[in-house]
Amino acid sequence: MTGEQIIFLLVALFTLGSGLMVVTTGNLIHAALWLVSTLFGVAVVFAILNAGFLAVVQVVVYIGAIAILFIFAVMLTRKDMRDQGPQVNKNWWIGALLSVLTFGGLYFLLQGWNGLSRTAADIPSGFDAVAELGTALVSPDAYVLPFEVASVLLVAALVGAVYVAFNRK
Amino acid sequence: MVPLSWYLILAAALFSIGLFGALSRRNAVAILLGIELMLNAVNINLAAFWRYGNVMDMAGQVFAIIVFAVAAAEVAVGLALVISVYRKRNTVIADEIDLMKF
Amino acid sequence: MSIELLIWLIPLPPALAFFLIVLFTNRSKALSHTVAVGAALLSWLGSMIVFMRALRVEHLGEHPFESSVNWLATGDTWLKVGVLVDPLTAATLFFVAWTVLMIFIYSVGYHNYGQPEGEHDHAGLPPHGATVEAHGHQHTVPSVEPIYSRFFAFIGLFAFGMFILVLSDNLLTLFVGWEIMGLCSYLLIGFWYAKTSARDAAVKAFMTTRVGDVFMLLGIVYLYSVTGTLSFREIFTEDILQTLAKVPSGFLGFSAAGLIGLLLFIGTVGKSAQFPLHVWLPDAMEGPTPVSAMIHAATMVSAGVYAVIRMFPLLSLDPLTMTIISFIGAFTALFAATIAVAQNDIKRVLAYSTISQLGYMIAALGIGAYVAAVFHLITHAFFKALLFLGSGSVIHGMEHGVLHTGNHEVDPQDMFNMGGLRKKMPITFWTFLIGGFALSGFPLVTAGFWSKDEILADAFGHGHWWVFGTLAIAAFLTAFYTMRQITLTFLGEPRTKEAEHAQETPWTMTLPLMILSVFAIGYGWVGIPEHFPILGGLVPNWIHEFVGGTLAEHPESVAFNWIPLLTSLAVALGGLIFGWLVYRNVQTPAEDNFQIPLLKNKYYFDELYDFLFVKPAYWFAETFVYKWMDKGLIDGILHVFDPITNGIGSFIRKYFDLPVINQFFGDGSAEVTYWFGGKLRAIQTGRIQQYLMYALLAFIAIGAALYYFLLT
Repeated sequence: MTGEQIIFLLVALFTLGSGLMVVTTGNLIHAALWLVSTLFGVAVVFAILNAGFLAVVQVVVYIGAIAILFIFAVMLTRKDMRDQGPQVNKNWWIGALLSVLTFGGLYFLLQGWNGLSRTAADIPSGFDAVAELGTALVSPDAYVLPFEVASVLLVAALVGAVYVAFNRK
Repeated sequence: MVPLSWYLILAAALFSIGLFGALSRRNAVAILLGIELMLNAVNINLAAFWRYGNVMDMAGQVFAIIVFAVAAAEVAVGLALVISVYRKRNTVIADEIDLMKF
Repeated sequence: MSIELLIWLIPLPPALAFFLIVLFTNRSKALSHTVAVGAALLSWLGSMIVFMRALRVEHLGEHPFESSVNWLATGDTWLKVGVLVDPLTAATLFFVAWTVLMIFIYSVGYHNYGQPEGEHDHAGLPPHGATVEAHGHQHTVPSVEPIYSRFFAFIGLFAFGMFILVLSDNLLTLFVGWEIMGLCSYLLIGFWYAKTSARDAAVKAFMTTRVGDVFMLLGIVYLYSVTGTLSFREIFTEDILQTLAKVPSGFLGFSAAGLIGLLLFIGTVGKSAQFPLHVWLPDAMEGPTPVSAMIHAATMVSAGVYAVIRMFPLLSLDPLTMTIISFIGAFTALFAATIAVAQNDIKRVLAYSTISQLGYMIAALGIGAYVAAVFHLITHAFFKALLFLGSGSVIHGMEHGVLHTGNHEVDPQDMFNMGGLRKKMPITFWTFLIGGFALSGFPLVTAGFWSKDEILADAFGHGHWWVFGTLAIAAFLTAFYTMRQITLTFLGEPRTKEAEHAQETPWTMTLPLMILSVFAIGYGWVGIPEHFPILGGLVPNWIHEFVGGTLAEHPESVAFNWIPLLTSLAVALGGLIFGWLVYRNVQTPAEDNFQIPLLKNKYYFDELYDFLFVKPAYWFAETFVYKWMDKGLIDGILHVFDPITNGIGSFIRKYFDLPVINQFFGDGSAEVTYWFGGKLRAIQTGRIQQYLMYALLAFIAIGAALYYFLLT
């Protein structure tokens, strides 16, 4: 087992463990915080994958904005400062079963693919992933259009969220 | 050398965990947490395939960026909805928001 | 144009007149009678041209004008219909065209054209009179016939039928013309249809002639079945005639010719009102007088005799048939003459007179006097039409008197209400006198003398003593009742106020009278026998030469004998004198010794037929067929079916329709769907996590299935 593998396994375990805690813990604030750690683990995974920009964006956007947003939402939607009752609904076992089935199905599908065991190629030297990403995002014969559309989407989401949650008093 | 399969299995597991959360949690915000996990799993998948495929082709990363944006938008709107519903119905428990039943 | 084409066209104008009047000119009286008289004039013109041309042909009988077309395909051959003008046709055409034209013109005046419309006049009733203002006080004048145009349409149709009958070259179209005239007779007798008596008379006429027509049709069919042809020229050939004479018909020992002849003769018995089918003609006097003149004197009844004359070659083959014919003819002549003596209605006398004279012609044919029969047919048409039109004029004059006095109880047709009319209506008087003398057979100067004498001479000359005697007595009676009629009507003094105020009729009525009297006088001179004392031989016996040429063997003229001549002189003059002597002093029916109830009631034949035929027919229709069979049997059967079908219907409804169709399929499917829906709605809980789970479950299932089926 190489060092990479060990590091990966640790990070994976950390992420999965945090994820489990997100979905099982009773206290919602705790769940949000466990989400933060999960997201952090994912950022590390990105870093391992030489997707540095993605790792940073993950931290900044997800942890820095979305997770905070979650905490805000949790606080705004409490009747009192405590969580009441069980945090899983009546038919949680169906959900568990289905997710196990999903995982099993995905695993099974993956087994049938022969490129599964390929290893990472070396990154060519002088390859600046970020610069390339930047070029790809704004170059007309690359992905400028989805980029711009995504920005429109964000504007729409912004307007929509404000409008939906607006407190008309 | 970490085989690709490990990443994919990681993503699959994370996705399943998120699925469980989306299906089983009572609180509406908690459901959205589960959805976030699922989106992250997708991102891991995309990044892995980018790294383990043609590194020169930025499609994987770009896709992941777009997913970020979408996830952010979706969370914003979703939480706005949850807050709005809370204001109206005074509850965030998904099972109690069932006006659309028969 | 060729003569054949002209012959084809002769019947056309009256037919066109009928259609034009019915379809277009019905509202305009002037236009209608113009169309009708114009049509009669055209046909008259055509007939005269054909007649003139026919006269010029030598031996017209051997090569007559003929033209025919293939009409009905019968296997390999064709039934041909067409026209034929041989001497008989030409002579008939002459008098038919003249009398038709005269009567058409007469009808204009008879129906009071130009007079105002009466206030109480109604379509279907005879016109009643109209009140007009004249010199300060009110006057009733004769009013115009309400359905004036219809009359001309009908007589136009009738003329069409007559021309078709006369001109046809085969029995089929002859029968067509025959039937058309039967229809018109019905329509015209019942012209004043609002009168019950007219309606009944029309039905009686039609029914009685129908009896004759059925037998005639049987005869035609039988003839066709034996010979395969109906065309005269083809039948009257030696081989066919001999075949017919030899083939036995299987009926009472008649040969085929005899039976066919008998059957065709029965048609004539109906159509020409011979005994026993004579009952319709007197009642037919209900129709307007022009109708009586044309249909029941000059043309339609003549058509019956014409048919027998036409079939003479066939009839003469069987002696038994000829005997029957002569017997019926002679009997009818005497029988009708005896009844005529006791009639008071001016038209009834003439009606029985017609029956009697037709009997003369039929008897003549029965004894084989072909030319004499034709001669008498033609002269009779002229003087009988004259007499009828004259009587119509008299009636009109009397009606004028009735309107003047306002006493509508007085019957303008009763001779005992007349008298002295010779002073008031001179033209009518002189023409009627001429006609009456012609009918009686006044010697030398009337046509009737020559034709009647010919018949008597023929009967005597060939030894038919019974026929001779009967016809002589009938001639005496004819002269007697004719003089009776003239005396009562015209001579003496007016017996009623209405007769005093009678008036002569307009020119449209008196002109035809005058023209016809010319023929009534002069037509006899074309048939002066060769060996007649003094006069014979001066003028050729044209009738004998011309008409006799129709037959294959030219008939020989009978040798002259004084006895029939003296007999006819005696009976004619004797009858006339006797009639005058008796009736110049008779003023009322009570004084009339000849009003024997038996004669007055026509030997009770109407009552007899009513008992034998009419009442049983009614009983059969009303009781047997209607009540028992139709209502009882057929309706009864239907009523049996009623509960059955009802029961079946209810059963099916109750046990199949309602439970199975309605409940099971109809309501049942609705129930099932409702129940199903009710159960299914449980899925829709409104809870999104459950929706998610369902979606995921479905996705996994479908994915697995697809994977399994597509990828492995």
